[in-house]
Amino acid sequence: MRVTRSRAAALAVAAIMLSGACGGGSSSDGGGGGKGANAFSVALTEPDHLTPGNTSSDYSITVLDALFETPVSIDAASGKPVMRAAESVNSTDQKVWTIKFKPGQKFSNGEPVTAQSFADSWNATAYGPNGWTNNYYFANIEGYDKLNPEKGDPSTDKMSGLKVVDDTTLEVTLTAPFSQFPITLAYIAFAPMPKAAFSDLKAFDQAPVGNGPFVLDGAWEHNKQIKLKRSASYAGERKAKADEVTLKIYASRDTAWTDLRAGRVDLMTTVPPASTAEAKRLLGDRFVQTPDGTMDYLGFPTFDKRFANADLRKAFSMAIDRQAIVDAVYDGAFKPMASLLAPLVPGYRENACGEACTYDPAKAKALFDQAGGFSGTLNLWFSNADPSYEQWMTAVANQLKQNLGISDIKFRKIPAADYLSTLRQRKEDGPYRNNWVMDYPSPQDYLEYMWGAGNRMGWENKEFDDLIKQANSAPSLDASLPLYQKAEDVALAEMPMIPLWNWQNQIGFTSRLTGVNVTPYSKNLYTISVKQG
Amino acid sequence: MRYAAQRLAQAIPVFFATTFLIYAMVFALPGDPILALAGDKPVPEQVLAVMRARYHLDEPLLVQYGRYMLGVFQGDLGETFTGQPVSELLQDRWAVTAQLALTAWVFELAVGVGLGVLAGLRRGGAADTAVLAGTTFVIAVPVFVVGYTAQIVLGLNLGLFPTAGTDEGWPGSYLLPGMVLGSFGLAYVARLTRTSLVENLRADYVRTATAKGLARRRVIGLHALRNSLIPVVTYLGVDFGNLMAGAVVTEGIFNLPGIGQQVFQSIQLQEGPVVVGVVTLLVMIFILANLAVDLLYGVLDPRIRRARA
Repeated sequence: MRVTRSRAAALAVAAIMLSGACGGGSSSDGGGGGKGANAFSVALTEPDHLTPGNTSSDYSITVLDALFETPVSIDAASGKPVMRAAESVNSTDQKVWTIKFKPGQKFSNGEPVTAQSFADSWNATAYGPNGWTNNYYFANIEGYDKLNPEKGDPSTDKMSGLKVVDDTTLEVTLTAPFSQFPITLAYIAFAPMPKAAFSDLKAFDQAPVGNGPFVLDGAWEHNKQIKLKRSASYAGERKAKADEVTLKIYASRDTAWTDLRAGRVDLMTTVPPASTAEAKRLLGDRFVQTPDGTMDYLGFPTFDKRFANADLRKAFSMAIDRQAIVDAVYDGAFKPMASLLAPLVPGYRENACGEACTYDPAKAKALFDQAGGFSGTLNLWFSNADPSYEQWMTAVANQLKQNLGISDIKFRKIPAADYLSTLRQRKEDGPYRNNWVMDYPSPQDYLEYMWGAGNRMGWENKEFDDLIKQANSAPSLDASLPLYQKAEDVALAEMPMIPLWNWQNQIGFTSRLTGVNVTPYSKNLYTISVKQG
Repeated sequence: MRYAAQRLAQAIPVFFATTFLIYAMVFALPGDPILALAGDKPVPEQVLAVMRARYHLDEPLLVQYGRYMLGVFQGDLGETFTGQPVSELLQDRWAVTAQLALTAWVFELAVGVGLGVLAGLRRGGAADTAVLAGTTFVIAVPVFVVGYTAQIVLGLNLGLFPTAGTDEGWPGSYLLPGMVLGSFGLAYVARLTRTSLVENLRADYVRTATAKGLARRRVIGLHALRNSLIPVVTYLGVDFGNLMAGAVVTEGIFNLPGIGQQVFQSIQLQEGPVVVGVVTLLVMIFILANLAVDLLYGVLDPRIRRARA
């Protein structure tokens, strides 16, 4: 049979070309995680970095939260700080803070965790030339500006505001009184780093060594998985229940959701909103929604004369039916907001906004006409990062058209990579989508960063700035809250930015797991164990 | 082999033209990749400047491209925004895509030619009609529909295949995505084989062979099919390159960390060096696949080989 021979030859040639090109395609797979007796798996997106100072992405923090322990953490019920690696955080003037660390803590490589470990990590993060994402978290520590000069290289790599008093005491001097400082210490950027990290920061980023309840088990297999196992040296309160956790990396949430249904991954902390109904039906009480700190707003370019009138901005707010949009676009999963703060933030008031955030087309129209109305084209700005943005913007446009009679509305959909630079350069000439992901649960994290000096809207208000300053230097956390609320009232009265809705996290898990306790502040992987039998 | 060398030499200008074009296109994308990395958070100018300098984004296009090419010739493909060397990344991902494409390709070849022969021999019969209808359907339905359906039905509901990931290794994890990826090409291969075979069966030389008293098996196998496979091989050769590139959708659905997924992510992040690295590899594959096709012509039809000698 000559024919078969030449066909075989054809295949052989192709096979040779291939094997020459790909150089052996077989990769050894360790088998799916989460199959062992006390091991489970979690769906994750590929982290960008695993250095605490160099990432602000949720997926990276999921890993780092298991590997590291920050000085304090946030109590999910009250939103207030509780001590973790620190024993106490105190100040008499809100400017000079003394942090006492618990003695006897160790990194997983055996090195003791000292005040110096924290100072080293913070200095590295604040050091401009490192180019780390969380750099700005340290901007209010004295000496930060020397590490980040306007021009040229910094003359020092240590902040003068950090003083290591002894092995367990760190004294931090801020540039101005800041009552919220203890809360900020819960953020991952404030985790310590061992001495070994600094000889090769790049290697550390691939294989971080922390002081938390878990340690890495093998190398970070990019785009595939990260395996963790219980830390043998950890002596804190978050002792891990499970022996092993495999963080399986997915490029698409939909695929992860399919895998959860097939029982190939045990926990998913971001069930796609489109699958909400299905998840409720399939998982029952293994589908949980928790509040999130993330908010969506509609901002105004107040530097543009056409949007300079506060009544006009309020009329927009009253013409938008938030509940209808949330129901239509997010299947009711998100929460309509009448406050600038997310509900989980201490100091949140459910109806801080009052009438101005209540849907009332008649009053909206009256206020709109009284403010002189709007002529010309109304451009609505948003990025193409998520298809739901266009959906809700379309709903907003329809409501503005219907309720205020603005007929000429156009969408300005910007590529995601270009959106923020567009806003930064103030190129927008109409209302735009503004999103805020909470760093730490303090009204200051919302108000000062978004309405404070140099804000995107170009809004200026001295009373607001003064109130923030007073709140920042208030003698205690509790004393600061009423002052932040007053500042919020000022911002709401002027309405340079309309609150829209608050995001919710959607969590789903398989029946193998017990003790799932995902909060807005931590995935708490250490509390999870696998059901026996 | 002079012919082969000549073809390879042609690849050099193609290499430079393609890489420069891709580099320029990524460079021309709107937006600031470094600022986009930071998300909604404020980033001090100093940090932005450090990052821009690290990736040479503050320099003109030609300088960036020159730097990149210099690096390439020293074996350095640059690094991603997260600090991973591109060469390492491509090595990992390359294996995944090659396994996927090879699975799809073998599927196309074996099942496609098989169905084509079946349909061609029973022209007008039930099998022929079934193949025609089936392939029309496959060509008409977008890959992602086929992919998600196969994943839900065959993977999740029937549990015949893993739903996603590479846990099971090759072939387990690659069978279902390979079939999805190969389904489009399979339809083409089947139809090409069928049409070509039908034509050849009517040709004079087949009639002569039959008249000489050769067994039908030999007539079809040795004479008709051999000639019929020339257009099929052309298609399969070009298609191997297509498969590599077309893996974007399939890899996304089945969560295979291959080249396709990487290209998609890198374009979103505007990571020029990664995109150029991947595309350069794809160009090389196209060139090699076409070369393989040309060489195969000679095997299938000696006239082509002799014409060149």
